[in-house]
Amino acid sequence: MAYGRGAAAVRAIDEVTLGIAAGEFIAVVGPSGCGKSSLMRLISGLHPPLGGTLTVEGKPVSGPLKSVGMAFQNSNLLPWRNALDNVLLPLEIVEPHRGRMRSERGAYRAKAQKLLESVGLGGFTEKFPWELSGGMQQRTSICRALIHEPEILLLDEPFGALDAFTREELWCALRDLQAERNVTVLLVTHDLREAVFLADTVYVMSSRPGRIVRRCEVGIPRPRDLEVSYTQQFQDVVHELRQLIGGRH
Amino acid sequence: MERREFGITVVSPAAFVLALFVLWELVCRVFSVPITILPAPSDVFAAMWQYRAPIADNSFVTLWTTLAGFFIATVFGLVLGIAVGWHRAIYAGIYPVLIGFNSIPKVAVVPVLILWFGLGEIPAILTAFLISFFPIVVNVATGLATTEPELEDVLRALGASKLDVMRKVGIPRSLPYFFGSLKVAITLAFVGAVVSETVGSNKGIGKLMLDAQAAFQVPIVFAGLLVLAVLGIALYAATAAIETRFTGWAFRGQANR
Repeated sequence: MAYGRGAAAVRAIDEVTLGIAAGEFIAVVGPSGCGKSSLMRLISGLHPPLGGTLTVEGKPVSGPLKSVGMAFQNSNLLPWRNALDNVLLPLEIVEPHRGRMRSERGAYRAKAQKLLESVGLGGFTEKFPWELSGGMQQRTSICRALIHEPEILLLDEPFGALDAFTREELWCALRDLQAERNVTVLLVTHDLREAVFLADTVYVMSSRPGRIVRRCEVGIPRPRDLEVSYTQQFQDVVHELRQLIGGRH
Repeated sequence: MERREFGITVVSPAAFVLALFVLWELVCRVFSVPITILPAPSDVFAAMWQYRAPIADNSFVTLWTTLAGFFIATVFGLVLGIAVGWHRAIYAGIYPVLIGFNSIPKVAVVPVLILWFGLGEIPAILTAFLISFFPIVVNVATGLATTEPELEDVLRALGASKLDVMRKVGIPRSLPYFFGSLKVAITLAFVGAVVSETVGSNKGIGKLMLDAQAAFQVPIVFAGLLVLAVLGIALYAATAAIETRFTGWAFRGQANR
């Protein structure tokens, strides 16, 4: 898997080779247990690869990267921090923000406030996670993944636990955030509509051993409106992907 | 709603305590229980008033030795708990020793402490410490051990060090366990201090009760017991208040109700 403009490739799980250009939005779909999340953990550096190479921006990955922001299926917010302090967390870890945290706390807080406002959580910054709905928690979680301005955003089924309407709302929120910041996004999901709606390129993974069976470019121009998901072209792409995934019917 | 709350939290325990004393008084009078066996509450309160100066004096000694021992236990327990929770090897190494140590009745240790430090406050402080640090260590270690790996992943994905993960996730996450254990520890520390005073000391409520018992002043013995109970409740309540102050997030349901 290659990130950045330079050419570099990596094999993960089994024979997974894929490349992503900067600013691209790619989605990986596949049946449950095909190794989508493992792929994510590999790229994030949480798990070292057993064989092969993994490079991000031309450099081999040996551990977690600060240029990466990550959000998970569960929002994983710290329950003792309010929304704003949860969003500030990466700044307390990642350099150079870490060293400046003390002196520029005000500026950082304002930045987190603005980011939360951009996803419609302006009035909820002082709320604790249990006082927020599932969708709000997930928005906070995505803000947290973005606050340190990573070049790559890794999303591991971030909307999996949400209801259909909230999910669509968050699709649009993510679409706008991505367009605004031009961040590279890798989204792992099992929701085909989500993948087709958001991504430039969709990769289909097969079940054990996990490998990429298909690379599919979504030909619909971005940014897309939610209405697009009801067009024939959109349905055709989803249908095609669905057939690739297979399974018993 | 507020009146009902008041009824439950204030009136109900007060009424219960009062009923207990009335029952005790009645039993003593109806069966004419000798004062040397079980003095009636009226006798006990009379003794308490009559000997208020030595009781207050000795209570103060017991109170401060308890708090000193408890404070040492808190610091020591927190540090050891974090060390035990830090790595499985430390956990495996220290745990059997800890359990063995905790199984020793502290009464048996007091004579040794007196041998080392002589009569006075130090054996009481040390007994309070020795008896009360164990639950703190176990709870802090449990809190750390049960931290959700997903929460740790959030930090690890950012390249956080083990120390960072501990500071930002592990320790805040185990604070409710820590404060919960303090409630147990404070009562244990109190027991430890009094036990030590009873075995051998020159001051404190335990010593006062021992002397009163030797002189057949049974009402004073019971006055001492009552003072101990009241102090115990006060210390527990103070610790519980600190707990809710610092770990309100863990009690979110109750706090809003």
